[in-house]
This record gives sequence, C-alpha cells and structure tokens, in this order.
Amino acid sequence: MSNPIEQFQVHPIVPLELGGVNISFTNSALMMVATVAVTTVFLTLSVRKRALVPGRWQSLAELIYEFIAGMLRENVGQEGRPYFPFIFSLFMFVLIGNLLGLLPGSFTFTSHIIVTFVMASVVFVGVTVIGFARHGLHFLRMFFPNGAPLATAVILVPIEVISYLSRPLSLGVRLFANMTAGHIILTILGGFVAMLGVFGIFPLAFLTGVMVLEFGIAMLQAYVFTVLSCIYLHDAIHMH
Amino acid sequence: MPEDRTPFDDLEARLRAARAKQGEGAKAEPAGTGPLGGMGLGLRLGVEMMAGIAVGGGIGFGLDRVCGTRPWLMAMFLILGLGAGVANAWRAAHGVDETVGLQAARERAGLLEDDGEGKDER
Repeated sequence: MSNPIEQFQVHPIVPLELGGVNISFTNSALMMVATVAVTTVFLTLSVRKRALVPGRWQSLAELIYEFIAGMLRENVGQEGRPYFPFIFSLFMFVLIGNLLGLLPGSFTFTSHIIVTFVMASVVFVGVTVIGFARHGLHFLRMFFPNGAPLATAVILVPIEVISYLSRPLSLGVRLFANMTAGHIILTILGGFVAMLGVFGIFPLAFLTGVMVLEFGIAMLQAYVFTVLSCIYLHDAIHMH
Repeated sequence: MPEDRTPFDDLEARLRAARAKQGEGAKAEPAGTGPLGGMGLGLRLGVEMMAGIAVGGGIGFGLDRVCGTRPWLMAMFLILGLGAGVANAWRAAHGVDETVGLQAARERAGLLEDDGEGKDER
C-alpha cells in the first residue's frame, strides 16, 4: 500500500538558489503556474466570440462571473465593486487549484498550510489596511463591544484582538485541512482497492462516491474561502 | 404577426427582472449545509478554538521573549486565547459568523432574524 502522505511531498523540478535562499521551481509551483494558465486560457477562449447568445463555454464563464459578482454584492454591497477583480482571481485560483489537484498524479498546492496561510494573510492584511484607510483610528473601536461596561475592557480588548488576529489562521487551516483530509482518504481507499483483489470492487464503489464528494468539497471550499474574504471586507468597509 | 412578438415580450420581462435584481441586490440564497453537514460545522468549531489558542500562545511567547518574563505572559495570553477561541466558536455555532466585536455580531444576528433566512454555517 502506498504511503498516503507521500502525495504531499514537494520536490524541486528546476533547482535554483538565489543568495543562499532556495527558490527552486517545485511541483507545487508548477501546479500554481498550471492553475493560472488553465484559468487564463479558459476565460480568454470562452469569451472570445462574445456571442449575444452564449455557447456552452461562454455560459460557464458568465455563470462564474455572475456568481462572484452576486456574492460580492450580497456580502459587501455596492462599495465592494472595486475589489471584484481580486475576489474573482482568488476564487478562480483556489477553485482551479483544488480541481486540478484531484487529477490522478497531480499535486494539490492548497493541501499545504503555508500556501493557504499566505493567501489568508494577504486577504487579512489587505482588509485591515482598507479598514484603517477608510475609518482611520476609528477602526480600532471595532475591538470593544458597544455597551459593555468600561471596566471589562481590560479583558475584552485583548480577547477581541486575539480573535481578530486568529482569522487568517482559521481561514487558512480550514482550506488546508479539508484538502489534506480528502486526499488522504482517497489514497487510503485506493490502497484498499488494490489490496483486496476481486473484492476490491466494494471499496471501489465507495471510492467513486467519495471522489464525487471530493469534487463537491473542492468547489465548496473555494466558495467558503471567497465568501469569508467578502465578509471580512464587509466588516472593514461598513464598520458597525 | 402576434407570434413574433411573444419571445420579445418574454425577453423584455426577463430583462426587467434581471435589472431589478441588479439594482436592489439579490436576496441571499441559503448557503446550505454542504456535503459535510454537521461534520463540517464540528471541524470548523475545532479550528476556531485551535486558532484562538495558537494565536494567543504565539503572542504570549513573542512578548515573553521581548520582555524576558519567561512563562508568565504566555500563560496569560494562552488563557486569553482560549477565551477568544471559545468566543469565535460560539459565534460560528450561533451563525453570527466572523464579525469581531460582539455588538456587531449581535446586530448581524438580529438582521438575519429579520430576513428570516439564516446565513449561518459556511
């Protein structure tokens, strides 16, 4: 039976070093490039015809566009419009990355916590900067619940600050944990199929079901990641 | 030619519907429980707790190194982190989601009740 953790190994394809720092082009980096390439090719080719009555591919592209536009409108409102390109890119990157990772033999970069954590941190830092830019120091009032007795501030403010700072961690961990767990389950079930010979048909049937579930999770997690970014953006723009 | 006009009437109606939707901001569809259902929520609560404790412990550890007060600040911030983790998990469980500031979270919960449609459980 193959090692279920082995699939997450990052290994260099083109070893590079710059000033003592290892900047090798790895399989993880290759999948990211592939994700960007697939997204670009898909979006460019599908809307190239600019048909008034969209074909299949154009419909798909428009569907995704409207989905994200609607998500941004519902969660952030009209002020969220300038951030649409970022949110859309974020969604496409996570979605296509998750889906490409489900192809046999490929690598899922979202199953590495450093990748998801950096993405979550970019969102977090960006949202905090937007909050301070729009509200100035008034933004800090967010850390004290309205109407609580002033004496409780000593405890409440640190708790709220920690709770705010734990956002990128919980956002990153959620995507990472879902992808990692899913891929480990798939590999272990695959190992059962190989081990059981003829009776492997039973785990194979189960594996098929889990695979469908994994496709669902790949899309759901991309949605969750994006929708939470939208909510954070909402909090920074419309501070209560 | 009455038959010819029918599809265009339909198109007109659909355009109007689409424009109305664009303007007022379509009402949120229920997020749905997703394929994982209760398992997803449980996982999420665990993550929220863990993240709070980890961040609290991390801040405490960092401050200890700066101030040279080895165990004390970390112990204090671990407890505060636990508080933050529980608060976040509570918010997640009650569907008042990620908003920092309990007041904001409460307002949002009230707003959601008015809507009748919970945005809980993502």
